[in-house]
Amino acid sequence: MSDADWSALSNTAIAVAGGLYFLALVAHLVEWSALAGRRQHETATTEAAEGGGVAVATGPADDLGSGSDREERVARFARIGLAVTVLALVAHLVALVARGLAADPNRVPWGNMYEFTMAGTFVVAAGYVGLYRRFRLAWMAPLVVGLVVTLLMVAVIWLYNPVGPLSDSLNSPWLVIHVVSAVLATGAFTLGGILSATYLVKMRRPVGPIMSRVPELAALDRTAYRIHAFAFPVWTFAVLITGPIWAHQAWSSYWNWDPKEVWAFITWVVYAAYLHARSTAGWKGRNAALLALVGMATLWFNFIGINYFSTTSQHSYADAAAVVERP
Amino acid sequence: MTQTPDARTERTDRRAGELTPRELLRWAWRQLTSMRTALILLLLLALAAVPGSVIPQENLDSLETSRWREAHPTLAPIYDRLGLFDVYGSVWFAAVYILLMVSLIGCILPRTWVYLRAIRAEPPRAPRNLERLPDHASYDTDLGGEAVLTRARAVLRERGYRVRAAADGDDAVSAERGYLREVGNLLFHLSVVVVLVGFAMGGLFGYKGGMIVVVGTPVANTPNSYDDLVPGTLFQAEDMDPFVFTVDDFDVEWIEDGPGIGTSRGFASHLTYRERDGEEKEYRLRVNHPLKVGSTELFLIGHGYAPVITVRDGEGNIAYSGPTIFLPQGPDLLSFGVVKAPDARPEQIGLDGLFFPTFVMTPDGDLTNVPGRPRNPLLSMSVYRGDLDMDAADSTSQSVYVLDTSKATKVEGEDGKDLRLDLSPGETAELPDGLGSVTFERVVDWNRIQISQTPGKRIALAGVVLALVGLLGSLFIRPRRVWVRAVAGGGGTLVTVAALDRTGGGDVTTVIEELVEALAEEEKT
Repeated sequence: MSDADWSALSNTAIAVAGGLYFLALVAHLVEWSALAGRRQHETATTEAAEGGGVAVATGPADDLGSGSDREERVARFARIGLAVTVLALVAHLVALVARGLAADPNRVPWGNMYEFTMAGTFVVAAGYVGLYRRFRLAWMAPLVVGLVVTLLMVAVIWLYNPVGPLSDSLNSPWLVIHVVSAVLATGAFTLGGILSATYLVKMRRPVGPIMSRVPELAALDRTAYRIHAFAFPVWTFAVLITGPIWAHQAWSSYWNWDPKEVWAFITWVVYAAYLHARSTAGWKGRNAALLALVGMATLWFNFIGINYFSTTSQHSYADAAAVVERP
Repeated sequence: MTQTPDARTERTDRRAGELTPRELLRWAWRQLTSMRTALILLLLLALAAVPGSVIPQENLDSLETSRWREAHPTLAPIYDRLGLFDVYGSVWFAAVYILLMVSLIGCILPRTWVYLRAIRAEPPRAPRNLERLPDHASYDTDLGGEAVLTRARAVLRERGYRVRAAADGDDAVSAERGYLREVGNLLFHLSVVVVLVGFAMGGLFGYKGGMIVVVGTPVANTPNSYDDLVPGTLFQAEDMDPFVFTVDDFDVEWIEDGPGIGTSRGFASHLTYRERDGEEKEYRLRVNHPLKVGSTELFLIGHGYAPVITVRDGEGNIAYSGPTIFLPQGPDLLSFGVVKAPDARPEQIGLDGLFFPTFVMTPDGDLTNVPGRPRNPLLSMSVYRGDLDMDAADSTSQSVYVLDTSKATKVEGEDGKDLRLDLSPGETAELPDGLGSVTFERVVDWNRIQISQTPGKRIALAGVVLALVGLLGSLFIRPRRVWVRAVAGGGGTLVTVAALDRTGGGDVTTVIEELVEALAEEEKT
């Protein structure tokens, strides 16, 4: 296959993956609506007052058939959703690999913002599927899949770049080590952020058709912490060890206070605060979860936003000639 | 504070709720070293770092900073006073991280003492009612109590628990593990201080600077050779490693077709260098592959073109000659540059304009540049005569990249329009009115070389690596206590296993299940 073929394959595969993620999202929304219908039906009298706040529109409860029918419907669509997500993940992987093979010389598929986003969303989706059983993540399916679809759309619509060779400064073994760890941590922080966001929602609205399916507050907090506790050392490795080593090789100084570095540092500090907050009276629970969300906001702002806010960043790889500096 | 007598006399006549200085100090110290303060300082540090990523920073991009200053004449002096053009060197930024460090040390030192006492301590006795612990399990066995406990001790030791020494009359085993978690925690926080020390060493004793080096021109590593130099506070010029180097040759690997056409795959400088009294050595300098000379490192970070231009004045004398550095305006390396010939007679001559590496005339008659390998170089300059204002103290007129035309006049051609000299290599253009002539001899490359000395970088690296090791320990070592009690009753022995996760977040039910299983398995064999 020629490079152009690989490139076309990658584009097709990412479109297929996007379509499949979307189908999975639909399946999970059907699942949720059936779920909401069931709960409404069963608890119509007791929860009538609290039944609001359901994000999914449902038909009249009576149309959905008997309780066991609905039960089955919920389970069936959950299975369908997961199966389609796994298929989408395979297409996503094909897109990544083909993207790497399309470049001449072949390279890792994270040389520009489009590819970073593609790889980052892959980690989110793969992490979700991988941890699905262990942390019983069935309840977060529509959130994860919805986020992945959205980010992939952003990538394809606004960030797309034709595949090209690496700019010289990226041409280093550290591209693999530094970016893999950064993308891995980004994916994990994002999963953790979804959990913390759910924690805050559940805190405000502990009952309701959907919320009653979400794990207990304590369990949410614990799972969020475990994912963050995994991501934080990986992030430390990415931005405070491999980043400076590479920066020193390429730019002569291991810490330049480059906007990307500054924001990576801010993210690090905020997550450090999150870890401390979890064990501090008056901060654990709600405030800690808020900190996790602030951390995720700084993370994604840094990942995508800073390239558009700052023209001086040495990390602005949207621009291939970033290495040509003005004296 | 040693003024205890004073404090005592004060105590008698002070009002209720009033603190002695000593108490006030202690209170302040407690506040500073509390976790709450540390948290707030952490968030302040994050917040304080933000402006530096939005406002151009003097040390990072002085050009952008001066442009910003010109564009915001009212804000600039205020920002200057607030140190916003040098956030990371400002007093208030330093205040935040120094307070954070003090808070950290104040938090860590007492904890170290507590830990050193605790590390030798035995696991505590079993609570009277293990059933009251949230996680416990019981089972019946035919074995005697003492046998169960002996086995429990063996099983727990095997799993890395520290087991409380057996004493007469014990009906339970106490065990604990995960002592290293606190070590990890302490290591992490102390390492942060180490990193800061390494970082400070680089900032104080190191320097970084850059220079534009024309291919073929030897350069000595002295402060005068640098175009910009950011020395550390305590750096002295004699600390610079003495060496000379020359970029003998420079090549760019252009991408000739396919995606990315017109950009470069990579570039390399063929460099010869010599340390004082040393022999000449060669090095192929590339991006990501710096050259180390002594404790100094050289980095190739950019390149551009320097047309060799000769200006002859009206009297036929050479008023200017040499490679002239043109600055790239964009990724296609279309470059801007100026020539100043203040010694030209009868009038000073100035040139400014563009260098096109590959010049093409569009059908509309515009000049454009095609990115990539230089195939059709063209110099297109405007000419000025008169006073170039080279004596003014104003710094902008002294920059070699800016031509001050405020007192000069633009030279007009025969048609009355502004004169433009469009020259290919080897061509010479005569200037009107006997001003002289301009020759574009050829093009040479220039390299932008970044040079730095970074003492303490290994200390900083070691610090971060240790911090990561400590972090992993403090996050993933799970300290917990386990108790196994065996009580005779009902013809057999009732065994109760209970566990307590000391971090409060762990799930110990599987630990208990595994322990019960292990104890039961031992019974079968």
